Amino acid sequence: MTELIVNGERHTVDVDPATPLLYVLRNELKLNGAKFGCGLGQCGACTVMLDSDPVFACLIPIVAVDGRRVRTVEGLGTAEHPGPVQRAFMDEQAAQCGYCIPGMIMRAQALLERKAGASEDDIRQHMEPNLCRCGTHMRILAAVKRAAVTMRSAEKPSRQREAGR
Amino acid sequence: MRRFLFGLIGILVVAVIGFVALTWRSELPPMAPRAAASFDPALVAKGADLAAIGSCDVCHTKPGGRTYAGGYPLETPFGVLYSTNITPDPDTGIGAWSQAAFTRAMREGVDRRGRHLYPAFPYDHFTLTTDSDIAAIYAFMMTRQPVSARNEDARLNFPLNFRIFAAGWKLLFLHHDELKPEPSRDAAWNRGRYLVTGLGHCGACHTPRNSLGAEKRHRPFAGGDGRNWYSPALDASSPSPIPWSAEQVFNYLRHDFDPLHGQVAGPMAPVNHNLARVPEADVRAIAAYTASLNDTDAATQQRQTQTALAFARDREATLPIMRASTATTPRQPEPPDASAQSKEGAAIFAGACATCHHGGGEWPSTRPVPLGLSTTVHGPDARNLLHIVVDGIHPRPGESGKIMPGFAGALTDAQIVALAGYVRSRFSDKPAWTGMAEALQQIRRRPAVTEAP
Amino acid sequence: MNPHTQTKLSRRRLLQTGGALAVYFSLRDPLDALAQGAPPPKLPGSLDKFPLLDSWIKIDANGAITVFTGKAELGQGIKTAFIQLAAEELSVEPGDLTLVTADTGRTPNEGYTAGSHSMKDSGTAIQNAAAQVRGLLLDLAATRFNMPREQLKPQRGTVVAADGRVLRYAELVAGLDLHRPAVPGAPKADPKTYTVIGKPLPRVDIPAKVTGGLAYVQDMRPDGLVHARVVRPPNPAAKLKALDSQPVEQMPGVIKVVRDGSFLAVVAAGEFQAIQAMNALSSLAQWEGQANLPKQANISDVIRALPAQDTVILNQGSLGQASGRALKATYHRPYQMHGAIGPSCALAQFKDGTMTVWTHSQGVYPLRDSLAELLRMPKEQVHCIHTEGSGCYGHNGADDAAADAALIARAVPDRPVRVQWMREQEHGWEPYGPAMVTEVQAALDADGKIADWQYEVWSNTHSTRPGGAGNLLAALHLAQPFAQPAPTPIPQPEGGGDRNGIPLYAVPNARVTSHFIPAMPVRVSAMRGLGAYMNVFSIESFMDEMAALAGTDPVEFRLRHLEDTRARDVIALAAKEFGWKPNEPLPKGRGRGFAFARYKNLAGYAAIALDVEVERETGVVQIGRVVAAVDSGQVVNPDGIRNQIEGAIVQSASWTLYESVGYSEREITSRDWGSYPILRFPAMPSKIDVHIIDRPGQPFLGTGEAGQGPASAAIANAVASATGVRMRSLPLSPARVKAAIGI
Ligand code: FES
Ligand code: FES
Repeated sequence: MTELIVNGERHTVDVDPATPLLYVLRNELKLNGAKFGCGLGQCGACTVMLDSDPVFACLIPIVAVDGRRVRTVEGLGTAEHPGPVQRAFMDEQAAQCGYCIPGMIMRAQALLERKAGASEDDIRQHMEPNLCRCGTHMRILAAVKRAAVTMRSAEKPSRQREAGR
Repeated sequence: MRRFLFGLIGILVVAVIGFVALTWRSELPPMAPRAAASFDPALVAKGADLAAIGSCDVCHTKPGGRTYAGGYPLETPFGVLYSTNITPDPDTGIGAWSQAAFTRAMREGVDRRGRHLYPAFPYDHFTLTTDSDIAAIYAFMMTRQPVSARNEDARLNFPLNFRIFAAGWKLLFLHHDELKPEPSRDAAWNRGRYLVTGLGHCGACHTPRNSLGAEKRHRPFAGGDGRNWYSPALDASSPSPIPWSAEQVFNYLRHDFDPLHGQVAGPMAPVNHNLARVPEADVRAIAAYTASLNDTDAATQQRQTQTALAFARDREATLPIMRASTATTPRQPEPPDASAQSKEGAAIFAGACATCHHGGGEWPSTRPVPLGLSTTVHGPDARNLLHIVVDGIHPRPGESGKIMPGFAGALTDAQIVALAGYVRSRFSDKPAWTGMAEALQQIRRRPAVTEAP
Repeated sequence: MNPHTQTKLSRRRLLQTGGALAVYFSLRDPLDALAQGAPPPKLPGSLDKFPLLDSWIKIDANGAITVFTGKAELGQGIKTAFIQLAAEELSVEPGDLTLVTADTGRTPNEGYTAGSHSMKDSGTAIQNAAAQVRGLLLDLAATRFNMPREQLKPQRGTVVAADGRVLRYAELVAGLDLHRPAVPGAPKADPKTYTVIGKPLPRVDIPAKVTGGLAYVQDMRPDGLVHARVVRPPNPAAKLKALDSQPVEQMPGVIKVVRDGSFLAVVAAGEFQAIQAMNALSSLAQWEGQANLPKQANISDVIRALPAQDTVILNQGSLGQASGRALKATYHRPYQMHGAIGPSCALAQFKDGTMTVWTHSQGVYPLRDSLAELLRMPKEQVHCIHTEGSGCYGHNGADDAAADAALIARAVPDRPVRVQWMREQEHGWEPYGPAMVTEVQAALDADGKIADWQYEVWSNTHSTRPGGAGNLLAALHLAQPFAQPAPTPIPQPEGGGDRNGIPLYAVPNARVTSHFIPAMPVRVSAMRGLGAYMNVFSIESFMDEMAALAGTDPVEFRLRHLEDTRARDVIALAAKEFGWKPNEPLPKGRGRGFAFARYKNLAGYAAIALDVEVERETGVVQIGRVVAAVDSGQVVNPDGIRNQIEGAIVQSASWTLYESVGYSEREITSRDWGSYPILRFPAMPSKIDVHIIDRPGQPFLGTGEAGQGPASAAIANAVASATGVRMRSLPLSPARVKAAIGI
């Protein structure tokens, strides 16, 4: 039995502790966001967040996840109430087939949480591990930049409030 | 007493004057710009190969920067140095350097203006390089595209930030030896020795250094340090389970991979990248000499290979993931250390590493070397394994090569230490590593070593 | 069970649909015409093959409208475009429509979703069918209101009379019979009044895709699902010699090991269990037989030396007239792969004698026929449902994975089986885009115009799509294998290897020869653009070489040879937006390139200008700014067009700069992203701008493949301009560019 904390919820799963997180998310927890792309840590389709880092879910056994916070694209919002990064991807229409997109969103989310002022170059370097075959890159970059702006402006007032306390 | 003091001062003054006299270097006159076309193309071509063997670009290019424009931070125990711009830009590069100035820099570690260069620039090896080879390298460098890029000042710890210390260092450690041909060896070996000990400056990483940062001349190629990686010993003390043959060294240097030794990684990768492009004969020569450092006769080589292969196979055959396929053969005992940490390491290995590293069958497509043969796993310390686990292995953009993802964010320090400990005990018969946690912290603190210059 | 062949738009926004005034003539019964012995009238798009209106549109008693297409969503956004077309013509909101895509049980057989045909075939059919249905609704309303049609107006799912009375479509459907043939020449809405067509309607599939909704066949998880993995031979010639599968059968979760000849698979309850069992099975299997692939370095010579079927596809004027300067050049393209980010996947269930397969195939009907043959089942008992997969750029592993799933499902009846290919399998077994060679020579006349043009192209087939079981990978491995059918060339004007082999430029004396090579050293098939990618790369590279010979600016040189005004328009627009200036001096290491093509010489037009920077010491090419101009006819969704062109440019840049399938004499060595690198974020162009020329009322020309060829040639031309060296062999990898530049 392994305990997982996924998108803030606790789950107990009874599978081989060596099972990569990806298969547990998809099959046991029935979450579609993280995708299988290579299983080799080469494409980023399976990217999720572990605590504050973007990681390849295809290569992280669930034993290693015990007690750490896993976040998937499902945890960022819904189609009706998307999170700021998801919203930006919708606004930029940043998908063709879309298969790579959940991984892109999670990698971008990790960057923007750490560095809201990320530059274009930061974004390009940071997104390097994730592949897209449809050639949606320019829109993905645009979406991440757009999300950075909305996340920054959402952050500012709350910071000011805190400072004012 | 007073006489004695005067005497002492006198001696000191004489010593200082002597030292200055010995170490003072004049500024050489700037050279008027010289057209690239004025260099003999054959000389330039020769220089291109030599510059590649010398891996000038590896240090003289910063990540994302222009080739040869410098700015690469070299971290040393004494502080950070930045490599210089060696493009022929007259203001910021070496465009105003005459060939004499260039040769002096290569041989004596003094720049055109007479300033002493820090020994991170391996002039202690370039002393062996012939005049004609230096001339070729000069021709090559002077025909590059000039890049305007100011050199950054070194950030060395006091008092080493005074260049006079570089001069003193040279008095102690800069030797002007000559390589006499070794008649008992063939031309390739002699060529290899010339390149390895001279221009190739392999000892800069593969020879241990003393507390003042000079190579220990009595222990050449006994294993050293390069950018906080362990640079494996190339002599008989090599940790490689299989003694390297010249062919294997060649495969490794030329093609980044040898099936009995593994994949290039870390600071060696850009060196190999250069060696993939120079004349094959030179790489074969380098391989011949390097293999000879660990002279093993054919029978021993054969025997050790068989033993190592059998060992590596056994250790893989008993992995849980392989059990089904070996159900018919008797099970090997688990490695002796079965602590909780080791169990955690085993489980992480099964989920994170075994996809690629279990060997056997059609799988894995990425075909890494069996870990039981890996020098990294058998090395004296854990740094190389930790580096690779944290940062992974990445080919240059657009070039094919083996990829291993880094696990920096995926695994905690404790998990990485458990994994490394498990891999060590599972795939080698060497004693457990110590100091892994500290080594890991140091690796984590630093930005990833960029393999591509 | 099937998440998304049906699409319901959220009522995100109201679209004004008033003013769609259309004069409607009563339908002339086409059966009359038939009865009179006249040939059946030609109907637009796929309506011609499926003339019954209810093949395309159904309206139920509640007024709910369902639109059917035999085409599949491949990430190109056609669902959204079709919904726009139907909504416009039916005067309803896009959100009020349900769209059903390719399904052998429900939709017309529109063959493959390929060749940028979807808008032209299916879009045209849907648009016309919808226009006719609206006409019928107006007719019914005219009767009910007892009013002439001219005084009625369709509006958001209702018919409004001039006197203010309103009838909802739902109130009219009782009298509506859509089981009737469409008629030719029925009027459509006036493009001037469009409120949905031509607008950037957000894609209907994106919200689910960015939030983890059910979006792909990979995401299907029906009750009782079991997971399967195949074990492929180590090389294409290997046969399974011996296998003791018993240890695998005892592994946790394993349900069954399936073996038929050299076809090997394992079924397990859990997905990771299936993977572990696959690995174990793979280590136990013993294979014999050695592939004998040609040397990668000589592939061009090998291709040229194989027996060919030659067709002269253009022969005009008489060659050898030109007296001016002449040039000759040979161009090379290696095998390249589709490399979808999600490896192929399929679900199949064999239940009550019926095989149901959920697949991301590009052609559910041809797949169904082939599966029926493979399984020796009647077609009627095989049901293929298109369900989206990862991006598809031609014939990849989708059909093969569907065949795997069907074979495995038959071995474990009743249970839904999910087969997911591994990355290594996708890389190693998908049918690649063929290696090609072209040779061109031309001469100038006294005015610096091309007088003489000879062009030859050598290529394998560009389609081994399932037209028969033998084109399914697993069929080759069965104990009783199916032979792969002999490939046949795709004839002009579309062409296969010779697609776009005929220049659009006016050349008085010309001969173009297509050498079709039936024997395939490596299994190949359709990849985005087919031969057009290589032919446009060759022709457009050569046009720059000829322009230099003529001492002319490349853009001006192209215009000099073009009569087609739409071609001239896209070229002029791309040049203007890029800021192209003849003979503009550039800093060292910088270059710019231009290229143009009309896809297939009959579909979308695209012109591309871009600049690059080449690092002399490393040969690394960095693309800077890219400007494209396209004309796809009537624009349905401009953002969709832009997205497709941007994608085509980036993908083509990756093919052009990096990609080549690696192989040794024994096996394919490109088995992962390390051994088959593609373009990553840091290497992306700094900017891509796409400018669209809308042609209201003109036919849809399709966009999906228009950008590939021009992008490749524009890059090659820019590299030539930056380095002064012309490179004619793809890819323009750093090592090759460095070698070409020299020291
Ligand atoms: S699926 Fe995990 S990186 Fe590709
Ligand atoms: S949108 Fe298809 S792979 Fe990225």
